[in-house]
Amino acid sequence: MNLETIIKEIGEYKGPNLKFMEVCGTHTASIFKNGIKSLLPTGLKLISGPGCPVCVTPSAYIDKAIEWAKKPDCVLLTFGDMMKVPGFTHSLSEAKAEGANVEIMYSPHEVLKKAGSNPSKTYVIACVGFETTVPVYSLLIKQLEENNISNVKLLTALRQVLPALEFICSTDSEIDAFIAPGHASTILGSDAYRNLALDYKKPFAVAGFEAEHVVIAIYDLIKQMEKGKHEVHNLYPSAVRPEGNKTALETIDQYFTSGPAYWRGIGTIENSGLYLREPYMKYDAGSLGLSDDADKQTSKCRCGEVILGKINPDECPMFGKACTPLKAKGPCMVSTEGTCGIWYRFSDRK
Amino acid sequence: MKINMAHGSGGNATRELIRDLFQKYLTNEYLEKMEDAASLPGSKYPLALTTDSFVITPLEFPGGDIGKLAVCGTVNDLWMSGAEPEYLTAGFILEEGLDFSLLEKVIASLSKAAKEAGVKIVAGDTKVVQGNGGLYINTAGLGFQKYNQSMVSGTVLPGDAIIVNGDLGNHHACIMSQRMEIINNIQSDCANLGPAVKEILQSGAEVRLMRDITRGGLGTILNEIAESKNALIEVEETKIPVDPEVQSFCEILGLDPLYMANEGKFLCITSQKDEEKVLEILQNHPLGKRARCIGHILNTDKFQVTVKTRLGGRRIVDILYGEGLPRIC
Repeated sequence: MNLETIIKEIGEYKGPNLKFMEVCGTHTASIFKNGIKSLLPTGLKLISGPGCPVCVTPSAYIDKAIEWAKKPDCVLLTFGDMMKVPGFTHSLSEAKAEGANVEIMYSPHEVLKKAGSNPSKTYVIACVGFETTVPVYSLLIKQLEENNISNVKLLTALRQVLPALEFICSTDSEIDAFIAPGHASTILGSDAYRNLALDYKKPFAVAGFEAEHVVIAIYDLIKQMEKGKHEVHNLYPSAVRPEGNKTALETIDQYFTSGPAYWRGIGTIENSGLYLREPYMKYDAGSLGLSDDADKQTSKCRCGEVILGKINPDECPMFGKACTPLKAKGPCMVSTEGTCGIWYRFSDRK
Repeated sequence: MKINMAHGSGGNATRELIRDLFQKYLTNEYLEKMEDAASLPGSKYPLALTTDSFVITPLEFPGGDIGKLAVCGTVNDLWMSGAEPEYLTAGFILEEGLDFSLLEKVIASLSKAAKEAGVKIVAGDTKVVQGNGGLYINTAGLGFQKYNQSMVSGTVLPGDAIIVNGDLGNHHACIMSQRMEIINNIQSDCANLGPAVKEILQSGAEVRLMRDITRGGLGTILNEIAESKNALIEVEETKIPVDPEVQSFCEILGLDPLYMANEGKFLCITSQKDEEKVLEILQNHPLGKRARCIGHILNTDKFQVTVKTRLGGRRIVDILYGEGLPRIC
């Protein structure tokens, strides 16, 4: 069966209305970039899930990062995507313009050289990401220990995919099936979704990021739905093993432990965060308890509902008006992978 | 030797710097008079005047340096308006601590690029500021509009072809690689587009407009054209030329070649009947071996840019918002 036939069959789907969630932001980007939504039948909707790490980082975290960046002899290192995420008052980009020491990094390991040659400065790394990025930080801690570097701290907003999926399954039954994230699955393994599939009777397809991968995952989920199946199909076997990457999982477990974490727009989800274990807490820059719960924002931002797949971005009253990629109010507009940002850039607004 | 504040004092050190460096490489009959303003012969053609500033780091990169870039960037702007470049000015802002030998390399490169482009540097200026060894160049370019007849009206029509002269994103990917210390073979495409553009203009082909695809990339420029001409533009993803190494680089960092800067690429909109003619000229020219027709003007009653994707789907191409920052994962 060739790709053309698969696309044609998807387009001709006439069964009951279906809602599939692609969990990962990179899938969302691929779906829009390849115009996949324009190939879908009216009865099939793709909903973008909470899989963009930048999007779910709370305002309190940004404020904490700015607090560090404003300290004398302190430098905050961050990935570029985080620069525009709004805190309660400022983004890192705005704080930088006002004199805060914020530098964009491309790899967290850059800090080893910097910290080694500037022992009088404290370097704080903004560590944001899912299971895919966590082993990098484990390795960093290992190197800090080995090299006896004490002027580096980690401000973590690390999240786990499975508790978030469990949360969505248990609170929102509108999602019929999931395109499981490709990158996170290389670490977690495709078997990790088996319990969710069984408990909530939802089919999962683990997919890569090429246009073809996504199309085939959609096709697989339609077929599973039609046959009443709820299995986990690994359609990305070149990168994802059923058991995952054991070495990476062990590395995560050695340095990090689970705890409650606040997801912007969603709220606190138990055990969904990863925090440094006690012996390594000396490297922590105050990552615990960073929550926006206390501040039920007065903003009309509906990012939370967007992330949960309850509304489309254009159903938010701020979308495209008060909130655009140039002046992002909500986190989903900030990142190139954020649902609102992608929706704004690639969809037919005019 | 390093540049210091004395080199900008106007005294002896400044004179030595001008004599030993700028005059050595940039001399011509206008500059050597050392007057406050250059007196230049006029022309029967209308004048085209442009200005540009160059603030790139690193100052040297695979495929060029800030000197070559300053000349190419300025003359390309003139060529895009159908003007043959004649004169350039160059203002140099040097930060103290700049290595003299690096400055000399840049000036030599600028001189070479100017000779190749057939332009004379007729006025210049040097200032030294506090800093950390940086170098910035501001230019003005003056040309004679000998060839703009076919581009006078500036209107585009349904069916017009959109042609680019080769692979997109190389300059951007090259500079990012240098800054991130990533080792690869990607070179900047920094080039004077004059020879290729001149052939197209002299061929008599119906050229509607030309734009160099610099900052903001193809996506942004297509949107600007669509907006100003109220045109619906559709390009085909599979026809947009991208070097495989640049494509991989983009995929790893989450960048899109559609929004990446180039310094030796331009877009040419021609009438449908002259599509083949322009393509043939470009593909037989060293500056356009990988030239492609990437799409067409579909109509002129709605402003939008769409891409027909590899799968046969469609999506909107918007302008670049903010900085093109690498993604987190």
